Amino acid sequence: MRQAAHIFKKEFKSYFVSPIAYMVISIFLVVVGWFFFSTFFLFNQANLRNFFALLPIIFSFVVPAITMRLFSEELNVGSYEILLTMPVTFSDVILGKFLAGVAFVAALLVPTLAYPVSVSLLGELDWGPVLGGYIGAVLLGASFCAVGIFASSLTRYQIVAFIVSAAICFCLTLIDKMVFLFPRTFVGVLEYLGADFHFYNISKGIIDSRDLLYFLSIIFIGLYGANIVMQEKN
Amino acid sequence: MINVESLTRYFGDILAVDRINLDIRKGEIVGLLGPNGAGKTTTLRMLTGFLRPTSGSIRIKDYGIREHPLEIKKLLGYLPESAPLYHDMIVYDYLHYVADIRQIAKEKRLPRIRKMADLCGLNEVMHRPIGELSKGYKQRVGLAHSMLDDPEILILDEPTSGLDPNQIVEIREIIKKIGKEKTIILSTHILSEAEATCDRIVIINQGKIVADGTTESLKQSDSGECVVNVSLKNADLESVRKELTSIDGVLSVGRADDDGGGILNLRISCRSSADIRGDIYRKIKGTDWILLEFYRETQTLENIFRKLTREN
Repeated sequence: MRQAAHIFKKEFKSYFVSPIAYMVISIFLVVVGWFFFSTFFLFNQANLRNFFALLPIIFSFVVPAITMRLFSEELNVGSYEILLTMPVTFSDVILGKFLAGVAFVAALLVPTLAYPVSVSLLGELDWGPVLGGYIGAVLLGASFCAVGIFASSLTRYQIVAFIVSAAICFCLTLIDKMVFLFPRTFVGVLEYLGADFHFYNISKGIIDSRDLLYFLSIIFIGLYGANIVMQEKN
Repeated sequence: MINVESLTRYFGDILAVDRINLDIRKGEIVGLLGPNGAGKTTTLRMLTGFLRPTSGSIRIKDYGIREHPLEIKKLLGYLPESAPLYHDMIVYDYLHYVADIRQIAKEKRLPRIRKMADLCGLNEVMHRPIGELSKGYKQRVGLAHSMLDDPEILILDEPTSGLDPNQIVEIREIIKKIGKEKTIILSTHILSEAEATCDRIVIINQGKIVADGTTESLKQSDSGECVVNVSLKNADLESVRKELTSIDGVLSVGRADDDGGGILNLRISCRSSADIRGDIYRKIKGTDWILLEFYRETQTLENIFRKLTREN
């Protein structure tokens, strides 16, 4: 566990050494801010529902960009060999890298706290859904991070890792929008598989154990998959 | 200290390491030699626990690699081939990170990093990103990394590859200096390096150990026959061959590459048990051949290596 903390610290720091981190943060803020505020005043309602509705689809692209380097870069440079010959276990490595990704997603969300603050100046803002929305956003980000880490452990090419994980996250986001294409019996199942559906529930301010369980299972499956890939490599 | 038994590793259908047995005592400096693709790196990677053996066992001290990989990793310092490091990190940060992971106590950390920086000559580059360093410096950072927590066993995969001659000498000095207290296994395909630094040499070819011993014992065991080179003028091959093969101990007389001008270059291979240079000289003296050159080829590691790895 202590080893995981050291790896976490190193990975999180190295995000802020390269300019990519700042680029991802700025692009994220510009895109979210523009989409959110361009329609905000038309609705004339003091809530953040539209902001949170944007997150799943935007995270599907942003989170893979954050996680793509975590393993691929090490595999490409060869430092993977150095990492694994130090006294650490696979789970230390995976956990450290995963938490670094999640922490970066959280850092990404911090500047957006300006939105609820400024909206609350304009009218009565219900803080319950906002809190739920942020909890949901971190869970969603963590799930996509787990998927991204799995994709990154597969290949030494960052771009391949990005495309694979973006594709998976995109499917998870959109699957419940496609239910009309399938017979009625599948609707419940497909809806349950959709990350968007569970995130929407939480961002209404209702924290349901089913939704938590969904995100935790995605995280577990992603990290376990990465573990299997690492075992196979050695 | 290190005990390897019938270690085997396949990559798919390709057999990379074939039933290797190796016993390394404490304090030995062992050089692993072999042509490219012989299985040196694969063997070292299995010793460090980076690759899992297909079959066979590795025991280091009292730990088996399958049951206690973590304990073994703590005992080992490893420098992979061409020292792949984190390019965006500063040397100091990197060594600090390694110290964290290797769980060096807080108060020992700085003195230890300082000592390694002195030993490996890193003081001028401590605050530069690793990616900007020259290959020699990267190699030294890798070396500092491998020795940081004073491990009992050091495994170095081609520690001098890609370095200039001055740096090679420096790294060799470092290895010799630390080799007094530590067990070191290093792989190389530079023979003179192995001869200069190692107590014991293991030659691997096509995944198998083909020779194992000190440089001297390798030279002796191989020298069933030795070669005497002779250059003659005013002589023809047939009569020379007839005269010389009559000496007891000469096995054959062959012609070495010709440089023309009526000079006959000969390789006389003979049993090494008896020194027959005197007999040859006397034979030549009795004729009207002109003796231009006359010397015995000494057995070098190079010859042994080529003989062992070129066959089949």
